[in-house]
Amino acid sequence: MGERREVWVFVEQEAGTIAPVSLELLGKARELAAELDGRVCALLCGHGIADLAREAIHHGADRVFLADHPELAVYRTLPFAEVAIGLVREQRPYIFLFGATPVGRDLAPRIASAARAGLTADCTDLRIGGFEHKGRTYEDLLYQIRPAFGGNLIATIVNPEMHPQMATVREGVIKLGKPDRQRQGRVERIEPSFNGRHTALQVLRREVRLPAVDLKGAAVIVAGGMGVGSRENFELIHELARVLGGEAAGSRAAVDAGFISAEHQVGQTGVTVRPRLYIACGISGAVQHRAGMDQSSKIIAINTDPHAPIFDIAHYKIVGDLRQVIPAMIEAYRGDRAGGEDA
Amino acid sequence: MPVHCVVLVKQVPDTANITGKAMKEDGTVNRAALPAIFNPEDLNALEMALQIKDGQGGEVTVLTMGPPRAADVLREALYRGADRAILLTDRKTAGSDTLATSYALACAVVRIAREHGAVNLVLCGRQAIDGDTAQVGPQVAEKLGLPQITYTEAIEGLENGDLTARRALPLGTETVRCTLPCLLTVTGSANRPRPPSVRRMLAGKLAATPLEYAALLERWPEFETEEALDRTLAERGQRIAVWSAADVGADGDRVGLAGSPTKVLKVDFVTLAGGDSKEVDAGRQGLAGLFEELARDYIL
Repeated sequence: MGERREVWVFVEQEAGTIAPVSLELLGKARELAAELDGRVCALLCGHGIADLAREAIHHGADRVFLADHPELAVYRTLPFAEVAIGLVREQRPYIFLFGATPVGRDLAPRIASAARAGLTADCTDLRIGGFEHKGRTYEDLLYQIRPAFGGNLIATIVNPEMHPQMATVREGVIKLGKPDRQRQGRVERIEPSFNGRHTALQVLRREVRLPAVDLKGAAVIVAGGMGVGSRENFELIHELARVLGGEAAGSRAAVDAGFISAEHQVGQTGVTVRPRLYIACGISGAVQHRAGMDQSSKIIAINTDPHAPIFDIAHYKIVGDLRQVIPAMIEAYRGDRAGGEDA
Repeated sequence: MPVHCVVLVKQVPDTANITGKAMKEDGTVNRAALPAIFNPEDLNALEMALQIKDGQGGEVTVLTMGPPRAADVLREALYRGADRAILLTDRKTAGSDTLATSYALACAVVRIAREHGAVNLVLCGRQAIDGDTAQVGPQVAEKLGLPQITYTEAIEGLENGDLTARRALPLGTETVRCTLPCLLTVTGSANRPRPPSVRRMLAGKLAATPLEYAALLERWPEFETEEALDRTLAERGQRIAVWSAADVGADGDRVGLAGSPTKVLKVDFVTLAGGDSKEVDAGRQGLAGLFEELARDYIL
């Protein structure tokens, strides 16, 4: 390990916009590279996307490998994998990170399989640390931290020997850093050569709709769980969200029960959020759910069970029946506002 | 055109019912302590393969890697309509991570093609509920040099060796056309798996791996010897083949713990630090005070 250790990020873009998770990862890669005394490299693939290289540098890349080619205009597994596998073999990165998006989860395993590298899916945190195994001591490994077993456990995984150390990372679990417009970096254009296999698959149509709900951008989220009891009762959740100017959300149990649609789901298998205020109503607080919201600035939990696990992470505990508490909250909030206007 | 589909399936612990007893000291899962089920999305993959066979003719071969008791999911696949089932089982493969698993499975698919005819389509569930990694499918595809279609929700056409498929993505759909052979990973929204057929269950009640013959002979002593039982099952297509890592030409250093680059450093039960939690009275005054405090802290 004579040369500088490189932390690579696959920078995912769609129609000329870099995926938020890629920007989050560049910031995290900076932190990891600082600990390793290494540098951050971005791999950017697409067509007509050269401008994005600068944005990657502003977010933390020291070096950008830019593959700009018509065959890369729309994401397809084989041509993207070919570019990435070729570069990995040539450059031997120490760490290679991907967003746990449909693209990252499609591409990363191909590369890991070809490079015979270890890959951990859906990480929620990354750190640098040591590892002892069979009498050997390894230093400066990537700790790949992820929920395991339906979210009941948190596992720390390492790849001591077969590098790169690869991981996909969930969107929203790393705080997005501010870009530094003064940062400088080097852009290296690579000329992909394809072996012909890449024509096996063609994209005929893409119908991408914008998300109807923007949970990630919401400052206030009111979420309901199984304890809400019914789709009718869930109207209370929507109403409190409207009154507070926030978004309504649900736990996995609430979504599975049909109280609210899947794009509103917060948690490990849904969206990870970090709003200013999160109000958990009738949510017991399974790890699966908490993993998606425990970074919220303030958490209010309403539950009839005073021992519900959600109270362990709540800043404000309200023990009571949400069918009475929510209307009282709406009234108190409106009264508070009215009072404010009077004063 | 008849299509030979190979479906990769996995027997998984039912992760909905987990206790601390289910973990071993080395951080791996003690599968024996949990009820074992057919990984749900693998059933969708099997159903997709059976529908292709219904429409185009061909054969469905089901392959799993796991301990001997994973034969249960193979029997279930036979009862649902699969033509052939193969169990890849070997102590050497225990503890395999996704890379080692994909290598062993890819080796087995190569042997299936050699013995049972070219494989046109490999299918598997999008992901397994015990790990949720969604990695093994693409890793197998890479090892076999196949194109892949992940998140497959529907097959819209299959003719002249070209497959048109719709992918279900979180923010929409994508329709792709791919030349065969290729590998599909199938989502739970793809179809409703047909139930096991009673007729097939009755006809296949003896379906077994050779590892189970001794136990079977106790229940069905009229077969007298394992050889006789083996002959009967082979004739009826109810012999579940058992292959070892060596049988599929897998390099022993590339399977099991030895062939797995990822190691579990530690496993923590989730405990969340109790912050300074404040109990709020649900009465009007308590709630009004709460909102005042939130406003003061610039939360609202």
